[in-house]
Amino acid sequence: MSQKLADIAHSRAGDKGNTLVLSLFPLEEKNYELLVEKVTADKVKQHLAHQLKGSVIRHEIPELKALLFTCESALASGVTTSLAMDAHGKSLSYALLEMRI
Amino acid sequence: MAEKIRIGCGAGFSGDRLEPALILTEKGNLDYLVLECLAERTIALAQKRKQLDPNAGYDVLLERRIEGLLPLLLKHKTRLITNMGAANPIAGAKKILEIAKKLGLKVKIAVVLGDDVFEQLSGEELSLEGNQPLNSYGKLVSANAYLGVEAILPALATDAQIILTGRVADPSLFLAPMVHELGWDKENSDLMGKGTVLGHLMECAGQITGGYFADPVSKPVPNMHILGHPILEVSRDGGGIISKVDGTGGLINTQTAKEQLLYEVLDPGNYFTPDTVADFRSVRLEEIGPNKLKVTGGTGKPKPETLKVSVGYQAGWIGEGEISYAGAHAVERAKLAGEIIQKRIGNLFDEFRVDYIGLSSLHGESLSQGSAPYEVRLRIAGKSKNQALTQLVGEEVEALYTNGPAGGGGARKFLNEIIGVVSILMDRTQIHPTIQVFES
Repeated sequence: MSQKLADIAHSRAGDKGNTLVLSLFPLEEKNYELLVEKVTADKVKQHLAHQLKGSVIRHEIPELKALLFTCESALASGVTTSLAMDAHGKSLSYALLEMRI
Repeated sequence: MAEKIRIGCGAGFSGDRLEPALILTEKGNLDYLVLECLAERTIALAQKRKQLDPNAGYDVLLERRIEGLLPLLLKHKTRLITNMGAANPIAGAKKILEIAKKLGLKVKIAVVLGDDVFEQLSGEELSLEGNQPLNSYGKLVSANAYLGVEAILPALATDAQIILTGRVADPSLFLAPMVHELGWDKENSDLMGKGTVLGHLMECAGQITGGYFADPVSKPVPNMHILGHPILEVSRDGGGIISKVDGTGGLINTQTAKEQLLYEVLDPGNYFTPDTVADFRSVRLEEIGPNKLKVTGGTGKPKPETLKVSVGYQAGWIGEGEISYAGAHAVERAKLAGEIIQKRIGNLFDEFRVDYIGLSSLHGESLSQGSAPYEVRLRIAGKSKNQALTQLVGEEVEALYTNGPAGGGGARKFLNEIIGVVSILMDRTQIHPTIQVFES
């Protein structure tokens, strides 16, 4: 049975220049291992292919039950010069949460 | 030496609300209030204002904020630390003296200088982002180094009630009073790491109390309309308790804190600031009461030899136009309008973009497939060094009223000059922070 990440996880987007940072946490801690298993760097890169033009690195932080995805070349040219509606990429946490697992 | 100190954060960005800062100062029993008001680009825009008027270039809301806060700060003996000096901290300090005089109050301000390194640039330096010489981006307008705790400490050593800075690293605004009051050795990397963790949790104000977090379905937050900003009580061992004023809205728990802890963090094991390279992976968060969170752990490595410098350059102009379509065939009519504009002017610009707001403007085509909105708003954006050309974007979109598809309504146009920002690293021995004191 497939479900949306939004049903079991929460996320926050941040930016540094043209790099997008997406954090991902289970809403209930027991689902952390499921996220580790299912939400790989490759899967994220594929899911957000229209947006992510560079490498995606996944950091695992078991003490915090958190995953962190650092995505390079992800924000057109970065907040200061991008033509995008959402130049910071602040709404992209919810794009990640659209992923089906 | 204090056992513990209380620091409130009343602003987390340049346009932040004032009311939470007033409530914090009145009811937060604070030793320090921090207002963090500078983003990457904010200081470059401020440099441009300063070029037009040598008495401008500090935070545009400084006047309103100080008028509201100054009487409360003096009454409660709370010191203010803020980067509202932006590109012109000296002019900002003079403005504060002027406000104090008008209110019949006496105030002392210590200004932190030395972040402006524009005169030291050759333009040949290579950017961190693209490894290209700075000059190749466009006319350079500003260069500001991220100063750290060592630049702020001499200002705290005075008895000034207000410490006004330009560019400093956000967590350093919080770490500096910890070092000053709690007797910390700034070469103690572990304490610098712990203090940086706490500063980072605080620096975006409402983002740890439920702002940028609330989702009525999965993460409900009460009374968002009166969202309170955070208070940190930090002890000599580097542990902290984060809370907010009773009666304010919002929420502080492990979820809000985790989201903020990793916000804008590229590598949780190596968070670079001028003061340390902090490690966030061992941070422990514990809810010890309603809206009361205990933060322990985290550590750091010795401070880096270089400081980051944000360099602003003239990147041209962006023109935008928007128009809406609703009801039957709304998406089809919007897409026809988009195609018409693309054919009329699309090839004139360095960069050109067509978006459908309500459909695919935020997350692109693939995630919105199959959705059928009742209404959709066409948005066109074009970038060019030629200002007159970018004006054409809004004009052409507006002309869709009579030269485009049926039922187009609510056309709007916008034109903005853009300042791009890239970064370089500069050896810290080349940067010389100083302070200057102003007094009524």
